[in-house]
Amino acid sequence: MSAYLVTVCPREADNHERLYLLAGDLSSEDVQRLTLELLHDPVAHTATWQALDAELAAPKAGALVEIAFRPGVTDNEAETILVGARHIGINGLKQAKTLRRVYVSDVQDEAVLRQFAGEHLLNDLIETAYSTLEARSAERLQFYQHLLQLPAPHTPTITRVALRGVSDSELERISREGILALSLAEMQAVRDYFEDLGRDPTDGELETLAQTWSEHCRHKTFRATISYQQSASDAGIDAALHPALAELNAANGATINGLLNHYLRSATNAVSNEALLSAFVDNAGIVAFDEQYEISFKVETHNHPSALEPFGGANTGVGGVVRDVLGVSAKPIAVTDVLCFGYPDLPESELSQGVLHPRRIREGVVAGVRDYGNKLGIPNVNGAVWYDHGYTANPLVFCGTLGIAPRGSHPRGVQAGDAIVVIGGRTGRDGIHGATFSSVELTHDTAETVGAAVQIGDPVTEKTVIDVLLQARDLGLYSAITDCGAGGLSSAVGEMGEETGAVVELRDVPLKYAGLQPWEIWISEAQERMVVSVPPQNVQPLLDLCHGEDVEATVIGHFTADGVLTVKHNQLTVVELDMAFLHSGGVQFKLNADWQPSPAPAAQPAAIDHNALLKATLSQPIVASNENIVRTYDHEVQAATVLKPLVGVNEDGPGDAGVLQPRVDSNRGVVLGCGLNPLYGKIDPYWMALAAVDEALRNIVAAGGDPEQTWILDNFCWGDPKLPDRLAGLVRASAGCHDAALAYRTPFISGKDSLNNEYRDAEGKRVAIPPTLLISAMALVPDVLQTISMDAKAAGNAIYLVGLTHDERGGAVSGLVGGIDNGNLPKVNLATAPSVHKAMHAAIRANSVRSCHDLSEGGLAVAAAEMAFAGGFGLSLELSAVPTSSSLSADALLWSESTTRFLVEVEPAQTANFEAQLNNIAYAKIGQVLAEPRLIINDLAGQPIIDSDLASLKAAWQA
Amino acid sequence: MTKVLVLRAPGINCDAEAAEALELAGAKAERVHVNRLAEGSIQLADYGMLLIPGGFAYGDHLGAGRMLAVDLIYRLREDLSRFVADGRPVLGICNGFQVLVKTGLLPSDKVGQATLIDNASGHYECRWIKLGLNSASPCVFTQGLSGTLDLPVGHGEGRFLTDQATLEKLQANNQIVVQYLDQAGQPTMEYPANPNGALNAIAGICNPAGNVFGLMPHPDRAFLPQHHPQWRRRGLDLEGPGMAIFRNGVRAMALV
Repeated sequence: MSAYLVTVCPREADNHERLYLLAGDLSSEDVQRLTLELLHDPVAHTATWQALDAELAAPKAGALVEIAFRPGVTDNEAETILVGARHIGINGLKQAKTLRRVYVSDVQDEAVLRQFAGEHLLNDLIETAYSTLEARSAERLQFYQHLLQLPAPHTPTITRVALRGVSDSELERISREGILALSLAEMQAVRDYFEDLGRDPTDGELETLAQTWSEHCRHKTFRATISYQQSASDAGIDAALHPALAELNAANGATINGLLNHYLRSATNAVSNEALLSAFVDNAGIVAFDEQYEISFKVETHNHPSALEPFGGANTGVGGVVRDVLGVSAKPIAVTDVLCFGYPDLPESELSQGVLHPRRIREGVVAGVRDYGNKLGIPNVNGAVWYDHGYTANPLVFCGTLGIAPRGSHPRGVQAGDAIVVIGGRTGRDGIHGATFSSVELTHDTAETVGAAVQIGDPVTEKTVIDVLLQARDLGLYSAITDCGAGGLSSAVGEMGEETGAVVELRDVPLKYAGLQPWEIWISEAQERMVVSVPPQNVQPLLDLCHGEDVEATVIGHFTADGVLTVKHNQLTVVELDMAFLHSGGVQFKLNADWQPSPAPAAQPAAIDHNALLKATLSQPIVASNENIVRTYDHEVQAATVLKPLVGVNEDGPGDAGVLQPRVDSNRGVVLGCGLNPLYGKIDPYWMALAAVDEALRNIVAAGGDPEQTWILDNFCWGDPKLPDRLAGLVRASAGCHDAALAYRTPFISGKDSLNNEYRDAEGKRVAIPPTLLISAMALVPDVLQTISMDAKAAGNAIYLVGLTHDERGGAVSGLVGGIDNGNLPKVNLATAPSVHKAMHAAIRANSVRSCHDLSEGGLAVAAAEMAFAGGFGLSLELSAVPTSSSLSADALLWSESTTRFLVEVEPAQTANFEAQLNNIAYAKIGQVLAEPRLIINDLAGQPIIDSDLASLKAAWQA
Repeated sequence: MTKVLVLRAPGINCDAEAAEALELAGAKAERVHVNRLAEGSIQLADYGMLLIPGGFAYGDHLGAGRMLAVDLIYRLREDLSRFVADGRPVLGICNGFQVLVKTGLLPSDKVGQATLIDNASGHYECRWIKLGLNSASPCVFTQGLSGTLDLPVGHGEGRFLTDQATLEKLQANNQIVVQYLDQAGQPTMEYPANPNGALNAIAGICNPAGNVFGLMPHPDRAFLPQHHPQWRRRGLDLEGPGMAIFRNGVRAMALV
């Protein structure tokens, strides 16, 4: 074995260099060829190489930091070097490591340099660094040798955990210290099971139960029996329109038998339609696209991992939800991302120990989403970014994927005797305890205790897996498929074999490196793996297909008929559990919920400068342009994006929804939108849920999607559900989802919850995120040529406001920057909202609408400004014309965030046609499009209350 | 011959839309994995045109397009050289352009004359840009085209770089096929009209013979009229702006 160091310097002045450590049976000619042919680009770089055992040549003078992934952490570039070496015929290269060297100027102190590196250059969780003011050869050599050190070989062992007869406090300790995240009742059930068997569980069995019974996999809170109380009843509720809320209003409280069944599934069952093919049972919801194709949609969160390692967490968040869609045999055709961060201007001094700054989290998360989606070649066509101080320690990363498949091509028929084949990435120690880790609150030292839960993605491996699996699907090679996500092989095999039984030989699982114990192989959440069930006659064709495209595929066992999950490692029995106990042996939780309505804030008396308030609201990060994020995502790949995320004359205005045309041979399209507003959630999650559903539908409708061909997904992110106040909010949000789905007749087809989004700092102070519900909506449209954008199109066109405005400035975003938050939360009128959406859609289908923008955060003022500057045309509007049901102040008319409203541009020749579609709908012509680039809004007396040039409004929005 | 080979490789991800555009242009497009060519079960010589699509071949680790270029050089060098020498059209889009430059097939049969590096902006960029066409270019994919072309870009490493001597040769041979234009219609170094800071606003080049063409922008994302971001404002064209390039390629293939 010999080892070498290659140094690659950019020819252009730069403070970065790349270093490569190469080890193996290498001659110096081999290293020269690797350097010249693989590791540097002679036009852009110079390169030098040297043996690692010699005196190392000194780098440039000055302070520097050399950073590498910790041993055991996925290093994709290093893996590529190994492949490249084989391509050029150098087979002696056994090990490669990549490092980056950063020169840091103006530092004279080692400790300051180390601190700077920790804060700006590396993440200690996955990376290790050598930092110095003056590089010394011996120290560097030691660092490199440490990086090249291979894990020591070891003997696989099975540890038995003494569980029989132990006390409750001992059970709790075992659960806590093992990061099993099982409750006392669950630990008791496990203890009783093994007492009956007359033996203690193995480490592998305990881990299997913890994964399978985790909140992440089993949604225990959403299946729990909840006893709900509230201190005051909601006044004036129409029980026919709000059946779930009316039930909660019962004088002596309500008992809810599982939020999932009682609210979400029951709503879907009540409004299900012919096109709905699969809801809540598969890895993703599935609906019919047309006679030949079906569309699937799934949205997941990856919050805790993104808090600790933003790039890796978000990266694998995208990778994971793409595998969910692959898990219903569909080709991924779009990704979405909704991100919630702390405010980027948070002073460093207000940051808790162990928490990354929101700017750094945002930068890493966005880069992670970009990297994975772009590399898979999936367009990112819809998303949102929200900011709240409550997300500082607990950022939220929602990632969605849309897929398409020929109808009926997803098989679900595991047979005894079918082989279990794992396809894709190798298994390492990455992601151990991910499923259980997501069920515990974060603390200042979480990073140290569950560091292994952080994963690094490898999108190219996932892309090759997609390539072969779609071919395997078309060839009918597998009988069932699932992704290897939370809980790793234990969950994938455990779920697939639930009705049959399975035998797995862990010795055969391909590993990234030596040193894993059997239980670690079994529950590792290493990325980019899929598990398929393969009838015996198809095993060889599948392996040939995979190997022909350099995809690793390995038979690791088979399904049985004995109803037992048996996991072996050579002679060792790692797991031997009844599938029945594994899947039904858990405990149904009983939880208490107690709703205490928040008092409405006292309205602040103020004389408002509306021009200044408009600019301040446009600059508020929640409203401001996300172009610098959206541009870094590929939204054009696959050539199906026919309404882009950024629209308008300069292609930089905020589009309401993305529209895809998935098939070249048909103009049929899919529209994607979303709704989220945690500011409302802080006041009342019930009305937040209604507003979120309405917003997602408004997005859809504004772009031309059919509200009667719309399906929705729920993603709840909440604090600790064991606390009755947090849980009460969750109950109300779920009730809102139910009532909205019934009223709009939009079935939920999939959902997910991420609970325990709380942070406990070093002083023990607990911070929960604001109650957060994301509604994602997918709609069909028969002809994408009838979809529209939100930018004003031509001077002289009429501007209509559709929908009623009320004085609803509770939770208004303008209230954060100097406007008035009067505590009146926007309350969707379920009696009228569905018909407003339908009428708007009919008007668009009648080709009477040139542009349409929904009113959301910032109300009429912001919507009008956005429509104007996106189109490059001015607007002149009269507040006196705005439709209301009672007389409102100009403040309310401008800033209210009442739901179910649209700003619509109509050509003069089309106004009659347009109005004819709006029978019995509140609407009014409130102004017109101007050639002059100014936004003019006149108050009730006809005097300008807003008068501003578009350039300065746009500049505020883009600031 | 009317069959086009659309190359697949680990990380290539624009093969499906490239094949669709080619089919619309009247060709028969077959998506073939590089391993099938390397093992000889499929012969490059049986095809009239080669298209190397966009994506992130081998993750673009070690430089965009580098690893696939190495793969092609070591496993398919002779087949490729003969294909090009026969005058058959070769189109590299985005990552495919990077691959063609790093194999040395562009600008002219020698490795290390030019490269494409990180965008000057420091980040990946997805946007529509305006291209100016060089009507004097020998490029078979742009014969008869002049004026401007709207196409989308989506890349992080699109900044074309070469030395002064090579640049002069490219200009003298009219190998600079497309350049990024500003609003006034002039080649520009200004961001974002020139999205990556490419030297001399170069968006795509061909070999001296004109049958090998590589460009950063994506005609394969612009073949339907509704792909254009402005159709709702300006009205729908008969087809997408990228179609002309595919039709020219298919026509040229038939003449070889």
